[in-house]
This record gives sequence, structure tokens and C-alpha cells, in this order.
Amino acid sequence: MRNGKLTAAAIAASTGLLLSACGSGSSSEEGFSAPVAENPSFEQGTTMAEYADSGEITIGTKKDQPLFGLENLNGEMQGFDVAIGEIIAGKLGIPADKINWKETPSKNRELYIEQGKVDMVVATYTINDKRAERVTFAGPYYEAGQDLMVKQSNDSITGPESLRDSEAKVCSARGSTPSERIREYIDPSRLVLFDTYSKCADALRNGQAQAVTTDNSILMGLVSENENQFKVVGNTFSEEPYGIGITKGDTKFCQFINDSLRTAAENGTYQEAWNSSAGKVSEKTPELPELQSCG
Amino acid sequence: MQVLIDNYHLYLRGLGTTLQICLYAGLLTLVVGTFIAGCRVAPLTPLRAFGTAWVTVFRNCPLAVVLFFMAFGIPALGINASYFVFGTIGLALYTSAFVCEAIRSGINAVSPGQAEAARSVGLGFGQTLRLVILPQAVRSIIPPLGSVMIAMIKNSAIAGAFGIGGDLYAVGIRQSSAQGEEIIPVLLGVALGYLIITIPAGLLLGYVERKVAIAR
Repeated sequence: MRNGKLTAAAIAASTGLLLSACGSGSSSEEGFSAPVAENPSFEQGTTMAEYADSGEITIGTKKDQPLFGLENLNGEMQGFDVAIGEIIAGKLGIPADKINWKETPSKNRELYIEQGKVDMVVATYTINDKRAERVTFAGPYYEAGQDLMVKQSNDSITGPESLRDSEAKVCSARGSTPSERIREYIDPSRLVLFDTYSKCADALRNGQAQAVTTDNSILMGLVSENENQFKVVGNTFSEEPYGIGITKGDTKFCQFINDSLRTAAENGTYQEAWNSSAGKVSEKTPELPELQSCG
Repeated sequence: MQVLIDNYHLYLRGLGTTLQICLYAGLLTLVVGTFIAGCRVAPLTPLRAFGTAWVTVFRNCPLAVVLFFMAFGIPALGINASYFVFGTIGLALYTSAFVCEAIRSGINAVSPGQAEAARSVGLGFGQTLRLVILPQAVRSIIPPLGSVMIAMIKNSAIAGAFGIGGDLYAVGIRQSSAQGEEIIPVLLGVALGYLIITIPAGLLLGYVERKVAIAR
């Protein structure tokens, strides 16, 4: 019996450790903390009232996207998407440590919103008509564009047009919009597809691919992780407005998010969010793009 | 379901790519697996050790790890080939461990008297294996080999994720996330595609099994 008790105590202790280790996995942005509204009041029955009353919110984001949504080794969330999420949660009176970050890979974004697994998605989420059939988009909060990343020594690839007559293999993530668009420039047989862009960076490093293509925001992150190896060509050939996905038809919540973004841009929080994340490798601070109507 | 009708040509092309991966990997894995099985029952200790090591490594490593080494390890050594080649070889090597064990179980099922008789009429090890043991072993190999092969066909989706693209599962991913189609009908289409390959494969194996069966 004595042994049994000891084991039980040990299990309890280790479970406690485990729980506390998981619990601390909230966010802390270096030099950035979003202002938290004190006791904001919202019209009864709205989504905002629901979240504000419960005091917490679940936000879907990526956890492997440097500069935008990245979970570091201490379990802290970092990046521009994370900061935007914190700004909006702050307007609801929810402090950063009450946000549940749920990893939301590209292919699950609509599904998670529809199934209510997340309350909103801020995950380098390009607004397009097809997606807008299933979710409502607030924003956009950033205007990215598709670009190419090559080895630093490569001067022959200057843009998508220069790929047409070359033999270059181009790597992208499967199921992504950039991987669809690049098909206009190259034959599908020259398209290399992986599930993550970090694998594309490896393919580029060991010469299995000559270029990586996706949104410049993601490429900047890859460049920052592999110093002095790669460069972004800097010739964008698409407009990728990043939006915040929420439940289809929740117009009031969409307007609330847009208002929050506008305020953040006016009082400088938006710029702070950028400078603490993606701004580290990009010279210019973006303006908040013109917001879409919530329809 | 409209998505399946509208994009049937994409699914067909995906089916083609998956079939190609499976065909090449299947042939290669049968050859390699049989050779390794031969090693495992060989009278020479180094050969047996090699066979055992091979099976231990490839049966116990997750397929994704094997494929990772193929796709990123080999190019790092300066050997470049297309991801199709890397993926197919990786899938074949992984499966060969299971093929080897299926064949070895068949070899063990042949009564030892057969091998002794073959030896006593002067056949060498290779001849004994080739002419006496394996033809009898085939009967009990077919059912487990069938399961291994069908597992390989489904595993080809993992190989597809390592740079090949365009396989059946990749088509599904492309539909559902790049083009924003609903995932359930898309994946039903993918499942249908795999069934189109695996069910006839199962039927074929059943046919072969009946062909080589003897009345006991």
C-alpha cells in the first residue's frame, strides 16, 4: 500500500508539472504588448459580448511561420499575426495570457471556423472569393504579395517571367494559392511541392530546387532564419490581402475587428506590432490597407 | 459531389501518378525483399546479419523518416535525382522489410524435409531456394504479401508528400485548400481513387492465391 501511495503521489506531482508546463504556453511579444480594454461593454447577444463575458478567446494561427505566427521553444507565441490577434483580444478586454492559440494549418482554416474550434483565424490567411463563401473576412490587415526566394548567389532569376524559359525547379507548399499561380509560368513537372516551406528551404539549399515561391511575408521569415544564404527577389506578382477569418455572416464581429484595426493604426499599436515582428527584416512599415466592407 | 465531376481529369491524373509510384516501388520492393529474405535464411552468418540489420532498420523506422533521409539526406551528399526517384526508392526500401518477413514466413512454412531432400540430391543453397523452397513458399506468402502491398499503395500518399506532388492525395489537398472546396467530398473522391487501385489488387492476389493453391 505504501508503494501504491507513493506512486499516486508521484503521478499527481508529475501531472501537476505537466499541466503547469502546458499552461504557461501563452504569449509574450518582445517589446510588444497590446493595450487591454477595461470592462468594455457590448450589446447583449453579440459575439463580442460572448467573448468578453467568458474572458477568453481561441485564436487559430500558424505556429511555424517565423515573423508572423511562431511558437518558440519556451512555448511563447511570436509574430505579426499573433500581435494582431492580441490587439483584437485586447479590445475585448481579454489579456494576452487568456488567449488560447490553436495551431491552424492552411487546409484546416475554414473547417476550424465552421466547426467552432476557433473563434477567429489570423494565419497569413489570404482573402479570396472561394474562401469567402465559407467564412467572413475582416480586414485586410496586411497586403502581402507572391515573390520568389533564391540562393544569394543567384542572379539569373529576377521574377516569374525569367522562369518561363529556364529549367529551374520551383518549390512551394501544396494546396497553397502561390503554388496554383506559379503554374501560369512553369510546367507542373517543374513544380516541387512539400507540406511546409521549411522543407522548400532545404531543397533550395541542397540544389534540388532553384527557387521557392510564396507570399513575400513568409519568404522574409525564411530569409531571417537562414542568414546570408537566401534572398527575396523583390518582384511581387500578386496581391495577397491577409484577412481575419470569422464565422460566416457575423457582420457585427467583423465590423468590430475592422474598427479595432483602424484604431490600432491611428494610435500606433499597429506599427508597433509590425516593428516588433516582421519589421525586423523589412525596411518599410506598411500602412493598414483599405478595409473591406463587412457586407 | 459536383467537385468530383468538375475535376475528374485532375483525379485521373493523380490516380496515374499514384499508380506509377506503386508500380515502380512494388517491383523494386519485391526484388529487394526477396533478396533480403534469401539473406536471412542463408547459411553464411554475415549475410544473415545483413538481412537482420536491414529488416530491423527499415521495419522500425517510420516511413516519413526514411523518406526524409531520401529527400534531404541524399542530396546533401551531393547526389541529385528527381523527388519521384527518391520517393519511390524510399517507399520500396521501407516496404522491402515487410516483404522480406512475409517471404521468410513462407519459407519457414515449407517442411524442412524439402530442403534436406534438395541438399541430398546435390543442389546448392541458391538452387535449393530458387527451385524447391520458394515455389512452395509462394502459396503461404500470397496472403500476407497482399496486405503488405496494399499497405504500400496507401503509404504512397506519404511518399507523395515528399516533393513528388500530383499523386492522388496531393490532388485532394490541392482541391480542398488551394481551391477551397469542401474537404469531405474531396477526400471521398481520394478514397474512391485508392479503392480503384486496392480492390482490384486484392482481387488479383486472390486469383493468384487460388492458382497456386494445392489440395491438401
